[in-house]
Amino acid sequence: MSDTVLSVRNISKSFGGIRAVNDVSFEVGKGEVLGLIGPNGSGKSTLFNCVLGQLRPDQGEVHVNGKPVAGMRACDLNRLGVGRTFQQLSVFPEMTVLDNIILAGQEHKGTMWSRLFGSADAGLSGEADRLIEFFRLRHLRQEKAGSLSYGQQKLLDAAMAFMAGPDLVLLDEPAGGVNLTMLGNLKERLQTYNRDHGTTFVVIEHNMEFVMSLCTRVIVLAEGSIIAEGSPEEVRSNQQVIDAYLGG
Amino acid sequence: MAIIPKWAFILVGIVLLVLAPIGQGNYVALILCSWLMYTIAAMGLNLTLGYAGQISLAQGSFMAIGAYITALLTLSGVHWLVAMPLAVLGCFIVGLLVGFPALRVKGHFLAFVTLAFNTLVVLVLRNEDWLTGGSYGKSNMPRPDFWLFNTGTKSTFLSIPLSSNQKMYYLCLAVFIVFALLMYGLIRSPWGRAFKGLRENPIRAESLGLDTRRLTLLAFAIGSAAGGLAGALVSPVVQYIEPNSFALQHSLRILLMVVVGGSGFFFGPMLGAAVVILLPEFLRFTEGYYLIIYSGLVIVLMVYSPSGLMGVGSRIVAAVRPKRVARTDMKEGAQL
Repeated sequence: MSDTVLSVRNISKSFGGIRAVNDVSFEVGKGEVLGLIGPNGSGKSTLFNCVLGQLRPDQGEVHVNGKPVAGMRACDLNRLGVGRTFQQLSVFPEMTVLDNIILAGQEHKGTMWSRLFGSADAGLSGEADRLIEFFRLRHLRQEKAGSLSYGQQKLLDAAMAFMAGPDLVLLDEPAGGVNLTMLGNLKERLQTYNRDHGTTFVVIEHNMEFVMSLCTRVIVLAEGSIIAEGSPEEVRSNQQVIDAYLGG
Repeated sequence: MAIIPKWAFILVGIVLLVLAPIGQGNYVALILCSWLMYTIAAMGLNLTLGYAGQISLAQGSFMAIGAYITALLTLSGVHWLVAMPLAVLGCFIVGLLVGFPALRVKGHFLAFVTLAFNTLVVLVLRNEDWLTGGSYGKSNMPRPDFWLFNTGTKSTFLSIPLSSNQKMYYLCLAVFIVFALLMYGLIRSPWGRAFKGLRENPIRAESLGLDTRRLTLLAFAIGSAAGGLAGALVSPVVQYIEPNSFALQHSLRILLMVVVGGSGFFFGPMLGAAVVILLPEFLRFTEGYYLIIYSGLVIVLMVYSPSGLMGVGSRIVAAVRPKRVARTDMKEGAQL
């Protein structure tokens, strides 16, 4: 695949006698939106954690833009252009929305010393405001993140992942606990960002409707292995996928 | 809402601090010095604990290290202006080393690690008497002479008679103001925001590119350096130091200042140190009961305002301030 952003090769990971991920390989190209789905216990989160360096795989390699990243610290991975969101809400509740967004980008601007002696906003207020506007959080700019509704915090969480202008964003259940109206809003924002910036997304999600309408390609995991891969339409009609979800 | 700008309050505060010792005796000047020195130490701990979320019960030991370095150097003829930065640097380096356990242990376990360090420092100071004077400590440290302003002698300044203790107060005040400005700059800078990020959500902070290991070490090192600065003032102000002056109870006292004032608030340690140092003095008229009243007041404060005196202030401001709707986004519709 040309312009491969993420390459996962022969990843396996076991916990005791349980093989959570079994020899999984896939690639994600620039600008692609890949969905990673599967029933509970299929190995999605373990695979995600192996890609993000939170777990060291027993075997296999992960490359981002051609660089090996397995076992790399999260901060180093982020500096390499990888953003992420978390399954649980993960904002800084005592900081304002603006400060949350600036914090998400400040390590990518200037040096350690310029961040100490330079301006308080690290020169990022304008950029942060544009992102706040893009995610329709302008009216909440000076509110503390902890005082926002669940859906607003999910939007803020997503916005933070984009502040550093990443090449690749891994979204861990972005639709979890979000109401339908808000979900449509989030999906539309992600699609617009992907179209405007060509950013690559990998999405883990249980909400099939959300995945099928957002992703350009879907990989289905069951019992740690890939059982199907293709366009949303192909995956939806795949008998193995139907069996895995409904018990064939 | 800000009818009177914040800087006006600060200016009035500084003027009051300048006027505070005039016409007062030596004891009042020493108590005020003590308040300023402990405020500096508490502001350092506030950075480590209040802003960066790393608990430390060793701030007293950094005051000790700073005080002993300053004492040893000034007693051997080095000017205080040279000894003080060396004391600060020494504490920065030791604080950096003490920060390493914080990379592995958190919460109560980290508190015990730092508590053990404080005990270790006191034991070293007591046992290595060839260097530290052992239990007898060090005494007669010279007060610095700044040529036109010799803190070691009584004289008049702008026709105002100033005792040596009053001059030491002004030295402490000058150091405090410079330190507070530097600390304010740090808290307002992206570093300050990063420290808060470390406190609130370290996993998320790391995923956003913040090197949480480096931040943890820096939080300890800078906080410890502030302890060293306070110690560098203790040496010429008190002119007698011994290991027990920096035992665990003093670290707990500094922790109390941070908590009572309001952990994570810039002005919290100043208020907290005032309560811990000055309130017992005001309560002396109650004779034998002052410690009971003092302890009772602290307990009541902690029960009703865990965020300390600054928390009480925030509640009062919130009660006075005009109310607004809970969610400001409803004018945009309920889509969010």
